[in-house]
Amino acid sequence: MPATQTSLGSPSGIAIAFFVVFIGLTLGITAYAAKRTKTASEFFTAGASVTGAQNGFALAGDFMSAASFLGIAGLVASSGFDGLIYSVGWLVGWPIVTFLVAEPLRNLGRYTFADVVSFRLRETPVRIAASISGLAVIAFYLIAQMVGAGNLVRMMFGLSYETAVVLVGIVMLVYVLFGGMIATTWVQIVKAILLLGGAALLALLVLTRFGMSPLALFAAAADRYGASVLAPGKLVSSPLEAISLGLALMFGTSGLPHVLMRFYTVKDAKTARTSVFYATGLIALFYLITFVLGFGASVIVGREAIAAVDKGGNMAAPLLAEAVGGRPMLGFISAVAFATILAVVAGLTLSGSAALSHDLWVRVVKRGKVPEDEQLLVARIATIALAVFAIGLGIAFKGQNVAFMVGLAFAIAASSTFPALVLSILWKPYTTRGAVASLATGTASSLLLIFLSPTVQVDVLHRASAFIPLKNPAVVSLPLSFFVGIVASLLAPEASASGGYEAMEDRLHIGAPSSEE
Amino acid sequence: MKDGADESRRIVARRWRLAGALTAAMMAVYFGFILLIAFAKPQMGELVVPGLSLGILLGASVIAAAWVLTGVYVWWANNTYDPAVRALREAKAKERA
Repeated sequence: MPATQTSLGSPSGIAIAFFVVFIGLTLGITAYAAKRTKTASEFFTAGASVTGAQNGFALAGDFMSAASFLGIAGLVASSGFDGLIYSVGWLVGWPIVTFLVAEPLRNLGRYTFADVVSFRLRETPVRIAASISGLAVIAFYLIAQMVGAGNLVRMMFGLSYETAVVLVGIVMLVYVLFGGMIATTWVQIVKAILLLGGAALLALLVLTRFGMSPLALFAAAADRYGASVLAPGKLVSSPLEAISLGLALMFGTSGLPHVLMRFYTVKDAKTARTSVFYATGLIALFYLITFVLGFGASVIVGREAIAAVDKGGNMAAPLLAEAVGGRPMLGFISAVAFATILAVVAGLTLSGSAALSHDLWVRVVKRGKVPEDEQLLVARIATIALAVFAIGLGIAFKGQNVAFMVGLAFAIAASSTFPALVLSILWKPYTTRGAVASLATGTASSLLLIFLSPTVQVDVLHRASAFIPLKNPAVVSLPLSFFVGIVASLLAPEASASGGYEAMEDRLHIGAPSSEE
Repeated sequence: MKDGADESRRIVARRWRLAGALTAAMMAVYFGFILLIAFAKPQMGELVVPGLSLGILLGASVIAAAWVLTGVYVWWANNTYDPAVRALREAKAKERA
């Protein structure tokens, strides 16, 4: 049985060799980037010099997580069709990013989404509220990534959990601290190419056994496990539940600070929209390939063998790699999964650093009066603080069930940063009070509702029942945040906010005045 | 100057109309898929051809639709919206000169 033959978890020379090559390559890029990172603008936006195709790969690299690669392949291997429902959900947020937020962000802001929300509102209260929401999203996303990193690296390389978390934290810190956005962008591009290339190669190796036909593979899975693998299973049992999660995924993507920040790395709105088109295609391809890998693992490795290695099924893709490509392929896929975690964590940390240093320190505390070299210094101090914070949380949450935290991050994003962005861009009567109320309501209601839900009460605290039945809060918190933002704005109009609307709209569509170009 | 501002409002309104319509289309496609899974489970499991269920076909189609709708917007914006905005910006520059 493959379960007894697998070399997974024993330190493999080949995996370490691939890993060393990746680290060497990315540190080389970081050294190159460090020479070109002299200002806060270069640190946060790579000097807006990234091309559309590069940013498309980097966006995909920022978004495709090890958890979705390994988790969805595992879910498909264990339950077939249901994995596709997840894949679709993770993708449908991207068209919304293109239609509603990519271009306004590029034309209205500099480093953070709070630049856009505070464009025509009173800066101090809006930036504080927006930073708190943004940092909450980043924190929950980061905890999930760090705990996932600890578990995955332990399982694949046989390192201890703590060693894995500290290693991820330190390597990521080196990228961001010295290479800023230039290094982060290239780490994400390299990772996207490796992950897509590795997954595609693996899928080809699988399909050669089925006459290059995915349908023959699906039919083989149906022969072995019954026709139900091609049909919906238990995942969508309550339509309301599915719609709530769907809303969080669809609109949360447009509110993720680390995704939004990437639009400042390109030169204009056209490049911004082109880059999302690339990213959407790459991510779509990635999920389709992952679906094939999941079925491949269930047929070639077998469900029992996958469950024997890890009950959660997360090792389906690495086991498949070993089954069709031997230890070299396993080593390659393990190294790719590690690279994947690093790229996502680096993007999150950089966006957190922008919120702390640009929004809170430079704009709120110092009212914008900060020399360029001090901005860069503060950004780097914030980066170190966040890396320490990420390592600390990763270790603090060891062994905890953090699977819900990514869903929570998306729910907070969909109900706080997304409504604030949309209303500030599209709704003239929006006010400072409305923005602060909407951001606070969206963040607080998401946190409260998820705390009272079965997600925390039953799955984490092991209580018998929960106070409210809904697992993901978005179906309540998203409309609530819009409602509160609109009512608070209508109750107390703000002349300077609505008066600034036309100027904002011009700049949104026409771009910055030519003196700034 | 006034004409330029009106023209600008019109282009802006067109962009938001298209963006809104495409957002609505994406929501209809995605939530339609979710509702079909919730309320038509047996039909979703029916095979279109051996190995391919209706559910898998529709799921892959939603993924394809997301990319195609994004492409429609990018194509329109590159070919219609950008030239209109450029013309407007040039007109404004001429007014100032």
